[in-house]
Amino acid sequence: MKNLFKYILRLADNSLILGHRLSENCSWGPYLEEDISITNTALDLLGQAEELLIYAAEVENEGRTADDLAYKRPEIEYYNVQLTEQPNEDFAHIQVRQFFMDAFNFYLYSALKNSSDTTIAAISAKSLKEVTYHLRRSSEWMIRLGKGTSESKERVNKAVNNLWQFTSELFEMDEVDEALISEGIAVDLNEIKKLWNDKVTEIFEMANISKPEDGYKATGSRKGYHTEYLGYILAEMQYLPRAYPTAKW
Amino acid sequence: MVVKEETYQHIWELLKDIPDPEIPVLSILDLGVVRTISSEENKLIITITPTYSGCPAMNQFEDDIVSKLKENGIDNVIIKMTYDPPWTTDWINDEAKKRLEDYGIAPPVKGTQDKGILFKEKVKVRCPQCKSTNTEVISQFGSTACKALYKCNDCLEPFDYFKCL
Ligand SMILES: [Zn+2]
Repeated sequence: MKNLFKYILRLADNSLILGHRLSENCSWGPYLEEDISITNTALDLLGQAEELLIYAAEVENEGRTADDLAYKRPEIEYYNVQLTEQPNEDFAHIQVRQFFMDAFNFYLYSALKNSSDTTIAAISAKSLKEVTYHLRRSSEWMIRLGKGTSESKERVNKAVNNLWQFTSELFEMDEVDEALISEGIAVDLNEIKKLWNDKVTEIFEMANISKPEDGYKATGSRKGYHTEYLGYILAEMQYLPRAYPTAKW
Repeated sequence: MVVKEETYQHIWELLKDIPDPEIPVLSILDLGVVRTISSEENKLIITITPTYSGCPAMNQFEDDIVSKLKENGIDNVIIKMTYDPPWTTDWINDEAKKRLEDYGIAPPVKGTQDKGILFKEKVKVRCPQCKSTNTEVISQFGSTACKALYKCNDCLEPFDYFKCL
């Protein structure tokens, strides 16, 4: 059960932290429609995170609720990949981060909808429908930025170069994955990696974006190690329930 | 509690009057949000499914169901959530789609669950005002996650399109 709990948390935390990052753009979008797109994507992700955290709490079976898991875990117990916590530097960084995650989630949920764990399978089938829209939107933005003005080209290439170091962490596996793959619950991320690479290559070619050379590779989130940014996100997200533990929505 | 078939029928009838908080021309039954009604010991169990994962109307649905039944003397109601099968716009019936269009929201085009990830098979969406199909998408996300924003190239009105899911 410990393995399953940790695996669900990884899925949930990716959505929760990316959703929170996106929600920071509320009222800051470049124009109204895009502001709404970003925050609606955030809403989908936060909804997916909630479904997963409810299930994680049930699997853990120690009396914690989904809210406890979101609001009372410290950084070291968060397992989101570091890519999701990277800051909203500019619109290009937001969209590149999103494109990398959308492509990952699309193939991951496509596979997990056949998981032998029926709850994970059901949540994945539902999430996949939403992620399909996300991936289409972020793919279109990659192309639009990559083929846009000299400034958009420069910014999108810079964002790709800055964020590339965080992509290999998406496909890291440890003993949790191995145990759950053998039970048919988890999926082999090596297979997702191939699909992800093909999609990224395809969109980069359409967008005239050059793929960076592999260099430094961020790692650690599987053990709860993060970049300096996660602490600030949690401080903001968890402030209210920590300061006023009895507060009700 | 042994619940008679008539009681279930009666409850389905009551739920018919609960509107969607954001699209009041649709009821929660039109949307297909209520999946099953059953009973267990002394409790009535209403199983619902979310439209979108993050749909903010879900809590409202739950509160509305509980209070509607309470008004009609039915207590001990438990709301359960299910994700399987995942919600689809195909559950919205033709009559409800007509009401959506009359209300100014282009209804989901059946059978066009967008499979292509990129630029593929763009659906023909009909303008709810002038009924022209000469329309184009402005944004994949409109006023809520379930809608996209379109504009009509003939009457020039912007409008919401209820996306296929
Ligand atoms: Zn028109």
